[in-house]
Amino acid sequence: MKRNVSRKRLSHLAYSGLWSLPLPIWLALFFLGPIILLVWLSFWDVRNFALTPDFQLENWQKILGTDYFWWAYLRTFLIALSGAALTTLVALPCAIAISFFLSMRARLIVLSLFVVPFFTSYLVRIYSWQIYLTENGIVMKTLGFLGFEIDSLLNSPLALMVGLVTLTLPLVVVIQSISMLSLDRTLIDAAYNLGCGPRRVLFTTVLPAARPGIVIGALFAFIFCFGDFVTATYLGGGRFTTLSILIADTVKSGQQWPRAAVIALIMIATLLLSALASITFAYRKN
Amino acid sequence: MRVSAFTRRLTLAFVGLALAFLYAPILTNFVFSLNSDRFPTIPLGDFTLDWYRLILMDDLVLSAFANTIKVALIVAPIATFMGFCAAYADYRFNFVGKKLVLIFALMPPLVPLVVIGLAMLAYLSRIGLSGTLPAIIISHIVLTSPFAMAIIRLRFSQIDADLEFAAQNLGASNWRAFKEVIIPSVKTSVLAAFLLCMAVSFDEYAVTWFVGGLEETSSVRILSFLQSAVSPRINAIGSITFITSISLILGAQFLVIRRLKKDAS
Repeated sequence: MKRNVSRKRLSHLAYSGLWSLPLPIWLALFFLGPIILLVWLSFWDVRNFALTPDFQLENWQKILGTDYFWWAYLRTFLIALSGAALTTLVALPCAIAISFFLSMRARLIVLSLFVVPFFTSYLVRIYSWQIYLTENGIVMKTLGFLGFEIDSLLNSPLALMVGLVTLTLPLVVVIQSISMLSLDRTLIDAAYNLGCGPRRVLFTTVLPAARPGIVIGALFAFIFCFGDFVTATYLGGGRFTTLSILIADTVKSGQQWPRAAVIALIMIATLLLSALASITFAYRKN
Repeated sequence: MRVSAFTRRLTLAFVGLALAFLYAPILTNFVFSLNSDRFPTIPLGDFTLDWYRLILMDDLVLSAFANTIKVALIVAPIATFMGFCAAYADYRFNFVGKKLVLIFALMPPLVPLVVIGLAMLAYLSRIGLSGTLPAIIISHIVLTSPFAMAIIRLRFSQIDADLEFAAQNLGASNWRAFKEVIIPSVKTSVLAAFLLCMAVSFDEYAVTWFVGGLEETSSVRILSFLQSAVSPRINAIGSITFITSISLILGAQFLVIRRLKKDAS
């Protein structure tokens, strides 16, 4: 009898292990492993063009000691912050319309329409924007017909924002909509019954209650914009060197992987801190 | 919300504009892939299929497409299986640190692609795999399985947790209950996850570019074209990738929405 029980427990353990383990093991091997190596790599040395395991601080000193890096850091941070803010503002009316002005059926269709572009080639969409915004491109010609004379919108902050909103808008609309759809509708009715106008309901009831979704959406947008190198390269035309471009250039043009690793680790640290700060703010009670 | 018809229409028009903004680059891509002018602008030139003919005669493009398909067909089943395992484990079992494992499993898509690319490149070249198709496959599984896990977990949250135990109380073994209760209720979302993983693998360019070396997928081929010059050939490859990923995503959405409706009725 006792033996039976322990055998049963063993089989249950095997059963649960079989399902619980595959993904964590894979990610430990091929996600955590590479990240840990990245930390170690940042202390390595490059001798005669060959990576040599070592423990020296020179890479960190070199990167942290150059103005060039800090300017790129500041630039990347500001671009990502503006991208996240702009996307949040554009997404809000969309999420409000999806959550409150549409029937169940229309809501599903519109949400699907927002989801589809997110999973299509970002590279090709940015190339299309390049075609739109370039000299003699569609936008320039149209503006020309209307009597405006502008050389090119390419390589401007505006072009950057176009690319970043293209990247993040679908995700942010979906996150905001989910949080607005799960709002307690009786709150809104109560506000109306107490005599609030629509604007007041929006600012005192809907937006505060949807704050977690709005903040988390902005956080996701920030994360994606912070790591982007496609928009900065192809719509910024090399005028806006971001941290991702620095890493890509360093890796693709030589053996200075340890220095690229330093930049990569600083990016991860920045994103973790931003995530922590936003999550604290999103769920803070007041 | 009770708002005036005018406000409602204005907001809905804004949604239309936002969607137009998202779809404009996709639509123009199709137009210019069929346009004879080498430089893509208005007024349009003549209708032509030359750009498609050019890329279909280009060996680099063809081998890139072959690689893309190979990779996606290996990545999607493995990533879906792993995502399923993690979703089922989270639904069914309790263990210490479960939340931590879940958060960890959702991380990969949130780390900047260039950072993952560099870390993977360094790691895979230590074990002698960088520059090979297996390197691309390994990294794609890391990047896509969180999506599979999320979709399938969402479905589990709609299944009554007692059903499986009820089956067991009626004498079914773990495996029998799994086969009779779990598989029938999640199979559509598993298929949806499969399509989604294929789409994500299909469009991944950054990590693939880092770890793939000379092995190119179609997205990396587009990146190489972009680095050289503006050419309607990019539009032609772009159209093919758009059609593929849009079909995959619509398929996945169809499955998920049909499931929702079935539950609702």
